Amino acid sequence: MLQAINICKSFDGKQVLKDISSTFDAGKTNLIIGQSGAGKTVFLKSLTGLITPDAGDILYGGMSYNAMSEDEKNNLRHEIGMVFQGGALFDSMDVEENVMFPLMMFSSMSRSEMRDRVDWALRRVNLPDVQRKTPAELSGGMKKRVAIARGIIMNPKYLFCDEPNSGLDPKTSIVIDQLISEITHEYGMTTIINTHDMNSVMEIGEKIIFLKGGRKAWEGTSAEILEAQNTDIVDFVYSSPILKALKESKLRK
Amino acid sequence: MLPKFIVKFFTKAGRYFILLRRAFTRPQSWRVFGRLYMREIDDLGFNSMGIVTFLSFFVGAVVALQMALNLDGSAIIPKYYTAYATRETVVLEFSPTIIAIILCGKIGSFVASSIGTMRVTEQIEALDVMGVNSANYLLLPKIAAMLSFMPILIMTSIVTAIFGGWVAAITSGTCTSAEFIYGLRMPFDTFYVTYAMIKSEVFAFVLVTIPAYFGYYINGGALDVGKASTNAVVCSSTIIIILNYVLTQTLLG
Repeated sequence: MLQAINICKSFDGKQVLKDISSTFDAGKTNLIIGQSGAGKTVFLKSLTGLITPDAGDILYGGMSYNAMSEDEKNNLRHEIGMVFQGGALFDSMDVEENVMFPLMMFSSMSRSEMRDRVDWALRRVNLPDVQRKTPAELSGGMKKRVAIARGIIMNPKYLFCDEPNSGLDPKTSIVIDQLISEITHEYGMTTIINTHDMNSVMEIGEKIIFLKGGRKAWEGTSAEILEAQNTDIVDFVYSSPILKALKESKLRK
Repeated sequence: MLPKFIVKFFTKAGRYFILLRRAFTRPQSWRVFGRLYMREIDDLGFNSMGIVTFLSFFVGAVVALQMALNLDGSAIIPKYYTAYATRETVVLEFSPTIIAIILCGKIGSFVASSIGTMRVTEQIEALDVMGVNSANYLLLPKIAAMLSFMPILIMTSIVTAIFGGWVAAITSGTCTSAEFIYGLRMPFDTFYVTYAMIKSEVFAFVLVTIPAYFGYYINGGALDVGKASTNAVVCSSTIIIILNYVLTQTLLG
């Protein structure tokens, strides 16, 4: 479980995150949604420790990040997996080396043990036989899957995904969403996904936080989101023509 | 209040030294460090051997021809002084300084653009979120490789430039081979080699760390990578020129 408590962050005098608090449960896909510029990425990066908030605290399994020593913070990082928007695969390495990288850095496994583990991770993301390919030879969807394989290779407790569907076609987006959801439930990870894709929200969102102008404007489940009365979330959700049509047909019935 | 440019200068200098402090820590994985070190030896060292040899040969030849031109017509200066003057010029100035400036263009732009591209594609953030000390991972192998290979490059340059001078002197009829070799064997202060090596090590450090700084702190996209690469070459060349004066004054003055 991960808890954000009163997170605030400003850049050059402009407040980007305003007193955000929330709890993200283990074994669930938690989604942060909102329009571009709402502060989703800054919030997600604050949760990962990449950005230090100006105020507030984050509790990882009940342990305060602010109270952790440097060693504890480093150990915590080994429990974090992250899938970046563009994949952030290392260009100078092939797929196997990319996925193996965290093991090379932080484990004492032998080369063959690491290879077995990489094969397992690649099979888990349905990407066998790409070990020798370089990131440049992969499609967008394959890059995301390799990034997910690298994210789960250390058996993390926390998985963060920054817009995992961006740049993907709708079919591949669904495959990636399903994959993240399956992995989350299978390994009981606390998964936090940053997205503005309503398909993802309806497909895999078990807990949803809606940000607007740096504030938490709404919180609930995917079942609740369609019935929400909050004008901000209603505007956001029904900006999608498909959902708008769905709502209208529901009302007609 | 201090003028803005002074504040900016000290801010940048401070960030440079903070980056160095982060870089000079024990590698988190020696096996990864070893692999990266060997790769950098190849990328930065062996791959520079061709251009260093080519340029040194021709510049050595030109230096010898110009020395011969200057000495031509002198009744009291023997012809073999062409070789002596070529040797002194090459050892003291051409090989350690001019080659370092040429390498700023090749190695400096490579280091700045490769690290800069990693920054804009979130690869550095991917390292940070895994708990990898990105400054140490990216800089230390490059610094170690350049410090260990630069003396080899400079010694190669010295030998090639003198060989170029010999070829030019013989083919142009400036002096005979025996006269040139006699000139080369004239009294030689061995400290000059030490001086050349000290300079080459200092310049090697500059031509890796300054471009790395520009690449590491890039903010923006592909255009900014190009700008950072240009700024890195200009800045490292300027610093090398200034340090050349300081070292010459200190060691030979």
